[in-house]
Amino acid sequence: MRLRWWKLLSIVLVFYTLYFGLMGEVPSKDILNETIRNLYYHVPMWFCMILLFTYAFVYAIRYLSSNNIQYDLKSAAFNKVGIVFSVLGMITGMEWATYTWGEPWSNDPKQLGTALCMLIYFAYLVLRNGIKDDEKRAKISAVYTIFAFSLMIPLIFVLPRMVDSLHPGNGGNPGFNAYDLDNRMRMIFYPAVIGWFLLGKWISELKYRTDLIDYKKLYHE
Amino acid sequence: MYATVLALLKKDLLIEWRKKHTFFGVMLYVAATVFVINLMNGQAESSMWNVLFWITQLFVAINSVAKSFLQESEERFRYYYTITSPQAFIIAKLIYSVALQCIMSLLTLLLFHLLLGSPLENNLLFTALAALGGTSLSIVFTFLSAIAAKAQQNASLMAILGFPIVAPILLILSRLALKTMNTVVVNGWWGLFMVLILLNILIIGLSLILFPFLWKE
Repeated sequence: MRLRWWKLLSIVLVFYTLYFGLMGEVPSKDILNETIRNLYYHVPMWFCMILLFTYAFVYAIRYLSSNNIQYDLKSAAFNKVGIVFSVLGMITGMEWATYTWGEPWSNDPKQLGTALCMLIYFAYLVLRNGIKDDEKRAKISAVYTIFAFSLMIPLIFVLPRMVDSLHPGNGGNPGFNAYDLDNRMRMIFYPAVIGWFLLGKWISELKYRTDLIDYKKLYHE
Repeated sequence: MYATVLALLKKDLLIEWRKKHTFFGVMLYVAATVFVINLMNGQAESSMWNVLFWITQLFVAINSVAKSFLQESEERFRYYYTITSPQAFIIAKLIYSVALQCIMSLLTLLLFHLLLGSPLENNLLFTALAALGGTSLSIVFTFLSAIAAKAQQNASLMAILGFPIVAPILLILSRLALKTMNTVVVNGWWGLFMVLILLNILIIGLSLILFPFLWKE
């Protein structure tokens, strides 16, 4: 296995996050208390998901402009791993909300936006697995990826900001806004985002490579 | 371009006219739905009325717009491919399903007034919103029915693909509609209204860009 520098970096950063995320100093806040550490695990999942979906979107465009099946497999792999990260983000968020908001689900606009975005991508899986012909599947899933991604952006970036949210930093709720995120936390948060993202990209590429092997086997190349 | 769009539109309307039974089928569907709501709930109070109206709209949209692509056979697509451009084709389909859905929306509204009472203060605004809502729903489902037709799937796939996308649209619409009732003041009404208009423009733009790729075999 070729171990590129960024894969090594991802291993180092994820272990750094796991250790210092639990052991490092954090500011003590009302209600949040130690749950503020969730910042290192929950928030990077969303960043990661968005970035992976962006990769999938770009590969979908490249597929439509080149008709190269490899781009389709890449786009699908990034979408699938993005879905895994969205599920992880949802679970970590609900776990956190149980202790801070009092219940795992409180119809917060950001939760709703994300739940809808997850449904859009689950529908992608249903659509993709329902088509037998390779080329047709590639084309339709690329078209749907572009359509879904372009609608997801206003869904999770614009709409929730137009209404009050329970999320920290919105509507006067305590949390990780510019004042709270102190330098000690920044030193862990930014590496955490990079580390988790590189890990996600790595998993996606592995998924793509196994899919490519399956594809080649199927056609005896 | 205009001539092609008009010709295609005329063709769709002619097909609609010759197969009147499907059109009246959808109408009957609307009437039966509203009647069932009436039987179960009687006269609804205003916020419930609002919710029921938009949910009915959603199901009517799925039933009426689904036909736009799913009723066309594979062979016919090939024929269209040789005579028109994809843009003209999708524009004609969009106009056709928006018109169909607006008729259905107004019919639903009329039936709601008849059977479920009318809690509206501002009838004109609500009618305009019903037409806008019908437009939004039908453009989303037109494109999705194109995807579903190409994937050789049925209307249920279209619904699965569509629900998460239309859910926020329905949320915005029902909030906008609250203004036409006596109950509450809606904050940021124009902001939400503009978001809805921009979403519609975005969806139309995406349909025009992406449809040509679906079109090619």
